[in-house]
Amino acid sequence: MKNRAAYFGVFTALALIFSYVEMLIPIQFGVPGIKLGLANLLIVIMLYKCGTKEALLLSVVRIILSGFIFGNMFSIIYSLAGGILSLFVMTLLKRRDSFSVAGVSIAGGVSHNIGQLLMAMLVVETYRVGYYLPVLLIAGVITGALIGIVASEVLKRLRNINIK
Amino acid sequence: MKKNDFVLIGLVLLTAIAVMSYQYLKKDPGNQSIQITVDGQNYGTYNLEENQTIDINGTNTLEIQDGEADMSHAECPDKLCVNQKAISRDGESIICLPNKVVVTVEGGEARELDGVTH
Repeated sequence: MKNRAAYFGVFTALALIFSYVEMLIPIQFGVPGIKLGLANLLIVIMLYKCGTKEALLLSVVRIILSGFIFGNMFSIIYSLAGGILSLFVMTLLKRRDSFSVAGVSIAGGVSHNIGQLLMAMLVVETYRVGYYLPVLLIAGVITGALIGIVASEVLKRLRNINIK
Repeated sequence: MKKNDFVLIGLVLLTAIAVMSYQYLKKDPGNQSIQITVDGQNYGTYNLEENQTIDINGTNTLEIQDGEADMSHAECPDKLCVNQKAISRDGESIICLPNKVVVTVEGGEARELDGVTH
């Protein structure tokens, strides 16, 4: 139990550092909402190492902390919508066992973007935001694949470490 | 990577391409206007063919030039809307989430008025 708390602290700290590193990347894509989602690397690893409950806790803690430190109320709301939906979808796909880590992560990236888009529609009260759906879908596949490939490599090397 | 991974990628990309081609093939009706809403409320409609600078509630500045609309200034710290590219096609929009400002290109029938403000 003590061990688990320590691991959780390490993961939270890493996720926060990744959020910060991502902020330093100065590239803009012309469409709001597209970013690498480095912190999701930790969420995917946590999902495979521990389970949905722990990954959800990590995701929510990460979003609220990084929102207070780097963002604002809105970034917290959007990230929560994306984070929770993507975790839900990733859990469903992981249970089916017919997807690899990369596949699960891609589904997570895509659904993360869909969740944010839905929340944006609610907040600004216009369906027009949906114009960016295709771009966000493609971006979700690319970032999800990148995160997924790195996550599966990390998981291979973490095989001997038991966090549970 | 397993087979299902590629099926998933294929399906998502196919959806994206389908929606995209629909957006591009949709006829450009010309005579477009720029509609601005703040917090879901209509703020004003402006002619896209006319060069002008619009101040939105003092929080954002929108510039219309050469048939394109671009957010040139915003008070919010993230500046996502300012970094976004200029818009000109029907349905495209610039959104400033912190200020709840939505700028949309509306294509449509000929308008009798050049623009409406309030």
